[in-house]
Amino acid sequence: MNHSEERAQAWREVLRKGMKAKERTDIPRVHMPELDAEYRSHSRLEEVNLGLTAEMAMQEAKRCLDCANPTCMLGCPVGIDIPRFVKNIERGEFLEAAKALKETSALPAVCGRVCPQEKQCESQCIHLKMKKEAVAVGHLERFAADYERESGNISVPTVAPANNIKIAAVGSGPAGLAFAGDMAKLGYEVVVFEALHEIGGVLKYGIPEFRLPNDIVDVEIQNLQAMGVHFVTNCVVGKTISIKDLEDDGFKGIFVASGAGLPRFMNIKGENLVGVMSSNEYLTRVNLMDAANPDSDTPVFKGKKVAVIGGGNTAMDSVRTARRLGAERAIIVYRRSEEEMPARLEEVKHAKEEGIDFMTLHNPIEYIGNEQGRVTHMLLQVMKLGEPDASGRRSPVEIPGKTELIEVDEVVVSVGVSPNPLIPQSVEGLEVTKWGTVVVNNDTMQSAVPIIFAGGDIVRGGATVILAMGDGRKAAAAMDEWIKK
Amino acid sequence: MNKIISKEYFSANVIKFEVEAPLIAKSRKAGHFVMVKVGLKGERIPLTIADADLQKGTITLVVQKMGVSSTKLCALEVGDYITDMVGPLGRATHIEKFGTVVCACGGVGTAPMMPIVAALKAAGNKVITVLAARSKDLIILEDQMRVNSDEVIVMTDDGSYGTKGLVTNGIESVINREKVDLCVTIGPAIMMKFVSMLTKKYEVPTLASLNTIMVDGTGMCGACRVSVGGKTKFVCVDGPEFDAHLVDFDEMLMRLGGYRDIEREEMANFSKQ
Ligand SMILES: Cc1cc2nc3c(=O)[nH]c(=O)nc-3n(C[C@H](O)[C@H](O)[C@H](O)COP(=O)(O)OP(=O)(O)OC[C@H]3O[C@@H](n4cnc5c(N)ncnc54)[C@H](O)[C@@H]3O)c2cc1C
Ligand SMILES: Cc1cc2nc3c(=O)[nH]c(=O)nc-3n(C[C@H](O)[C@H](O)[C@H](O)COP(=O)(O)OP(=O)(O)OC[C@H]3O[C@@H](n4cnc5c(N)ncnc54)[C@H](O)[C@@H]3O)c2cc1C
Ligand code: SF4
Ligand code: FES
Repeated sequence: MNHSEERAQAWREVLRKGMKAKERTDIPRVHMPELDAEYRSHSRLEEVNLGLTAEMAMQEAKRCLDCANPTCMLGCPVGIDIPRFVKNIERGEFLEAAKALKETSALPAVCGRVCPQEKQCESQCIHLKMKKEAVAVGHLERFAADYERESGNISVPTVAPANNIKIAAVGSGPAGLAFAGDMAKLGYEVVVFEALHEIGGVLKYGIPEFRLPNDIVDVEIQNLQAMGVHFVTNCVVGKTISIKDLEDDGFKGIFVASGAGLPRFMNIKGENLVGVMSSNEYLTRVNLMDAANPDSDTPVFKGKKVAVIGGGNTAMDSVRTARRLGAERAIIVYRRSEEEMPARLEEVKHAKEEGIDFMTLHNPIEYIGNEQGRVTHMLLQVMKLGEPDASGRRSPVEIPGKTELIEVDEVVVSVGVSPNPLIPQSVEGLEVTKWGTVVVNNDTMQSAVPIIFAGGDIVRGGATVILAMGDGRKAAAAMDEWIKK
Repeated sequence: MNKIISKEYFSANVIKFEVEAPLIAKSRKAGHFVMVKVGLKGERIPLTIADADLQKGTITLVVQKMGVSSTKLCALEVGDYITDMVGPLGRATHIEKFGTVVCACGGVGTAPMMPIVAALKAAGNKVITVLAARSKDLIILEDQMRVNSDEVIVMTDDGSYGTKGLVTNGIESVINREKVDLCVTIGPAIMMKFVSMLTKKYEVPTLASLNTIMVDGTGMCGACRVSVGGKTKFVCVDGPEFDAHLVDFDEMLMRLGGYRDIEREEMANFSKQ
């Protein structure tokens, strides 16, 4: 059923008529219960957001007007039937709500937590036009997905009879996982190859547990395993085995979802001093290697004055991790103003509550170290906002001669990532952009080499979980069609 | 999970393992390494693939006990499993017939040099290996090196074995006596720095295999970065071998020391247990 057919169902109509629009819009937006800011800024693993109670979720769901033309759906990159799942929450059918979500999203418990809703579904909510706060779509999505998981009634999707066709996914991030799930449902024999020793990609090694607990990702992985998906860890495609090996081995289609794992640096003086590192290194040590746990053999610096360069989600994750590892002063250094920050709004809010300092309109130009080569200071150029640039954001301009020197003992550089070059370099005939992303047909995700499809960050550069997941699903549908032809 | 097939002591602190890893055995070349992790909370450490047996589907690792991670690995026995192992990583050594090649190694660099010596020999080079250590009991893998070297020169700081002197004295003696087309050096960064200074003086092209700190070993983190010719390079994907004359060894030395205090503490805790 499409959205309007769903909307025409009797129960929906009854629900709609049960309350006046004015009454609905007058309900204030729900507040997500969260851990106390001071407490959580020392708690490395506990999730900050505690989740809505059933009552809170049902009340919030009432706010949704069940619009005839739900604009929120246009804001969702994968077009989830938002009113349908929200109205199911309103009437207390939480498992139905989860089912509605899962028809479109492979990872609703993840997306409900990490999607930039304020830029997507919630930015298009009708409430905003009435100068009211948007319906908390993300919180509701998380509620429904968590309810289903915790109820023990997770519906393992029905898997079509095995067709004995082998297909491979390279990389186990959201793109690879979503692809694997859909292909398994269609009856394919799916093998996911992962370079690291853990499955999950950025969901595991990047995003910290205080924002996305590992358990949630693990449940998704177990579901895929229950559906027959095989995972091969510690296998770098292009090194351990080649794409050619896979073809020779009888794989009929290969989905490359190897992400954008290459950290960028700024190439400024002192950047190789001890104590200056990429956010990938910092977060990998803490998340993947569990370095802050005394039982772990991997070391990590626990700086007291930590500066994190950048304004994205990765920067927020790093700076809040630093705070949790004992930083007395943890600073975000960002060259534009807060308004231009690409991070999710909620992360910026949480960071501030946790006592993170924000030095916006500052840009590092040099790091200074002691005799042992350890960073001790950083020199910052003070900036101001100029004309809008290509991205539409006002560009940062130096204020000549205005600099600041601040004390630091650890610096985390979080100024972006590039696609992993391994596969693009190792496959002949693959079309690659000057940024190193793989070129694909936007409708099918198929590359110039027919057997290879690609999606997620390897195609888009550093993007989002929901887009990666959407690519995985699109590629699965297209590959199925292509193989059957 | 990779099963240990054999274990042999080269000395109390240097152990050779044969490990089941058929895919790696098939794709590896001289100069490649693996990342190895022992235990669920283990650290990922880089180890050179010293040899491979395609028939048996095994690779050979030669490990020197340094700190916690290498000690944990060395405690494993035949039949035990290495929790995680991934590879082959890095760029393979560029092997061709250069002519006369001096392979200078010391300490941690001796094991990684073995496959390079073998490959150079197989390509028809005259291979002169210089093994250096502080004293006799620290000289390792001498017999193994002799198998593929035309000559092995042993140098000890205290003169307790071979010739008294530093690794650089050994190299210089060869350069003074015959034309050297290439020098390859692996060892502590400080040693490689002095080797590089020496060969630069004599204009002998030199490759250094850098053993920086690594986390993932796949180009994801930048922990392994070094400056080469003024540009930042990642040792795990751009190396591990670089033109020694372009490497900023002082920076590398500084970065290697970065975790020394934490490592000492971890080793002290580990030894107590
Ligand atoms: C710290 C951090 C925080 C973020 N926060 C958010 C957020 O709040 N919201 C949001 O929407 N997005 C966020 N993102 C971005 C989001 O995580 C990514 O866009 C998304 O994970 C991309 O998914 P992917 O499947 O393409 O790749 P990845 O998740 O990067 O997974 C790729 C996987 O492929 C593996 N791989 C690479 N090469 C090979 C190979 N040759 N062989 C085998 N395996 C290989 C990698 O090891 C990795 O596991 C964040 C990113 C980071 C780093
Ligand atoms: C590409 C590459 C290939 C390698 N191949 C081999 C190999 O085949 N066999 C082998 O035994 N080792 C090899 N190494 C070195 C090996 O990885 C380290 O010895 C190991 O990581 C030490 O870990 P640990 O926890 O046991 O010791 P740590 O606790 O990390 O270190 C103990 C002490 O050793 C010093 N140290 C650590 N690493 C190095 C290093 N790389 N160079 C100099 N001093 C160091 C530390 O500063 C510290 O004082 C290689 C390294 C690289 C980068
Ligand atoms: S997936 Fe993301 S954009 Fe789509 S409805 Fe959920 S929160 Fe909104
Ligand atoms: S070890 Fe992480 S990039 Fe080289």
